Amino acid sequence: MKKDYSRRSFIKNISLATFAALALSGCDTEAFDEFLQKNFKTLSKKEKDEIVKNLESKYKKKYGKEFHVSDKPAIDGTLFGYALDLSRCIGCRRCVYACVKENNQSRNPQIHYIEVLQMEKEKGIDFADSNAQYNPEKVPEKGYFYVPVQCQQCRKPQCVTVCPVRATWQEPDGIVVVDYNWCIGCRYCMAACPYGARHFNWGEPTLPVEEINPEMHYLGNRPRKKGVVEKCTFCIQRVREGKYPACVEICPVGARKFGNLLDPDSEIRYILENKRVLVLKQELNFQPKFYYFFGI
Amino acid sequence: MNFIRFITGSIKIVFQGSKTYYAWLILLLLLIIWGGFGYSGQLAHGLIQTHMRDSVSWAFYIGNFTFLVGVAAAAVMLVIPAYIYDWKPIKEIAIFGELLAVCSVIMCLSFIIVDIGNPLRFWHMLPLIGTLNFPSSMLSWDFFVLNIYLLLNLVVVTYLLYCIFYKIEYKKSFVLPLVLFSIPMAVAIHTTTAFLYNALPGRIFWNSALLAPRFLASAFCSGPAILLILFQILRKTTKFEIKDEAIWKIAELMVYAMFIYLFFTIAELFKEFYSGTEHILYWKYLLFGIGDHKEIVLYSWSSIIMGCIAFVLFLIPKTRKNFITLNIGAFLIYGSVYVEKGIALIIPAFTPDVLGQIYVYTPSMTEIRTAVMIFSLGFLLFTFLSKIAIAIVFDNYNIDSLTPKKRLSKQVQPLIL
Ligand code: SF4
Ligand code: SF4
Repeated sequence: MKKDYSRRSFIKNISLATFAALALSGCDTEAFDEFLQKNFKTLSKKEKDEIVKNLESKYKKKYGKEFHVSDKPAIDGTLFGYALDLSRCIGCRRCVYACVKENNQSRNPQIHYIEVLQMEKEKGIDFADSNAQYNPEKVPEKGYFYVPVQCQQCRKPQCVTVCPVRATWQEPDGIVVVDYNWCIGCRYCMAACPYGARHFNWGEPTLPVEEINPEMHYLGNRPRKKGVVEKCTFCIQRVREGKYPACVEICPVGARKFGNLLDPDSEIRYILENKRVLVLKQELNFQPKFYYFFGI
Repeated sequence: MNFIRFITGSIKIVFQGSKTYYAWLILLLLLIIWGGFGYSGQLAHGLIQTHMRDSVSWAFYIGNFTFLVGVAAAAVMLVIPAYIYDWKPIKEIAIFGELLAVCSVIMCLSFIIVDIGNPLRFWHMLPLIGTLNFPSSMLSWDFFVLNIYLLLNLVVVTYLLYCIFYKIEYKKSFVLPLVLFSIPMAVAIHTTTAFLYNALPGRIFWNSALLAPRFLASAFCSGPAILLILFQILRKTTKFEIKDEAIWKIAELMVYAMFIYLFFTIAELFKEFYSGTEHILYWKYLLFGIGDHKEIVLYSWSSIIMGCIAFVLFLIPKTRKNFITLNIGAFLIYGSVYVEKGIALIIPAFTPDVLGQIYVYTPSMTEIRTAVMIFSLGFLLFTFLSKIAIAIVFDNYNIDSLTPKKRLSKQVQPLIL
């Protein structure tokens, strides 16, 4: 019995060694360090800073440009919330493309964090009858309205609960993030998310060097690799610096509102107070911090 | 030292065999190579080689995983009837059931490995050095129970074979509790796997309390089907003795399982179709297709038809007791459950996707080749292990056979499968 056990652990050691050897193939110590890197959440401030610095120089080497990678933690007293005015949205998808640029999403294979659904006015919010592939000359089309869906930054995010390796978690400011270096790519979180908010890098992501956004956050828009999950982070690299998310800024009709739910004077608080809001799939009890309302 | 001799003795056996045996090995090797090249494409370019996409983010691989969990669970649970009805070769049934379980669990884990985007990061799941999300994540539970189950079965069979090999009496006080423990563990691995899917409110198709019971019932159809055939082969080619009655009894038990499965499914369908909420969409997609998207219908109906024919064949005593129809039934039910678990259970949960969009999924060539690779590897392993077990259990291959000089006259011919 005992011997049997030691044989097993021997096999285990061998396989770990093979893993390491595989990771080392190409004799790349950087890749090896990356392979051994711990879960970001468990690291100290010092270790985080060091990793971020290394990343900057690595990206410089790779893309030949200066980048700034931040690991700025959540600011005390913030809990971000979002509100979207369904009566204003015209379905132009400008937010979709602004998001792609801001967050360095892969162009091919294509990844979009925001999906705009076209729905029939007569049916109300009905996913089964919605159309994401609408493509007319001019929006909005008669008889239709538009519901953009992205990560709802749930208060009870099941995507976090199900992750077998704790590669995704909710930050103190309410943003659900992914450690791209820790995610094993099992996609359990994608099965769990009821809003289709999580996207997988099925192939090696491509993004044109001249279009890379150099302002990055470790838990946000830094370039990803194939085989990991990514998602909307409310533009963590922007909102933690006091800026609006890119989709809020680009919206031509001002349908998108954003702010700190803990600040009584914020715009988001104003909307919650004075408009009547709803959340999608409220019956599932994920308790989104992404609200929809009818402004006019 | 003793153990090493047991291992080397076992390895020796693996290389002795008839022409048919070698032909079978070569066939498996060819399949492994063919599948392996498919898989290497996936390793190089990522899961984009599969037909999975964001809408259908789990598919054929996880379906195969689910199917094999069922096989692993059912194989061991056959010990219960063997015990209750006092079939003579209970020890042998336990040994072969557990060997099958070991191979199935290894295949399960392989299907997980090929399904994840970063297989090298697998160590993130290991306790202590990784950050296993235990007990929150059902996947971590599954990983946990599967590994215990694997270890448990491995220990028991190895120990039993070891004892027979050295001609020593095995310790009942050691084996019996482990075998008994492996029975609830068999239920556990299967239930945990069902729970993995079950409690995701976003996936309405899975979010039914009947999922786990249906899981267990269908596993009891497919797992014994393999053993049914295996026992007949063993009976023909070795000294393994099992009465016709025992085989028919297994078939009879499978009928009960099929009936329960059928009943649960009808209950589910009644609820869905009579209440006619929008949740019906997923069943509609599975059974009839939505609009022009009918690709999956072929799979679901082939599974249903195979299952129904097998049910009838097993139900009627005359066809149940005829070995030709019995074996046809066994193959059919195996195929039926395979398609059911591989495709019909997974795909409708993702089609239409959570935002109501339809992405039509059918497995890609890469997925099929990878699956062929894993199944061939599993069969190869199972062939080797059964060969060793047959030699030791039925052909008196033991420690003396390793030192033939002393007892040349009495030496037993190693078995030919
Ligand atoms: S919308 Fe999906 S990804 Fe975003 S927090 Fe909720 S469950 Fe997680
Ligand atoms: S895909 Fe990544 S983030 Fe999602 S559950 Fe798996 S390991 Fe966690």
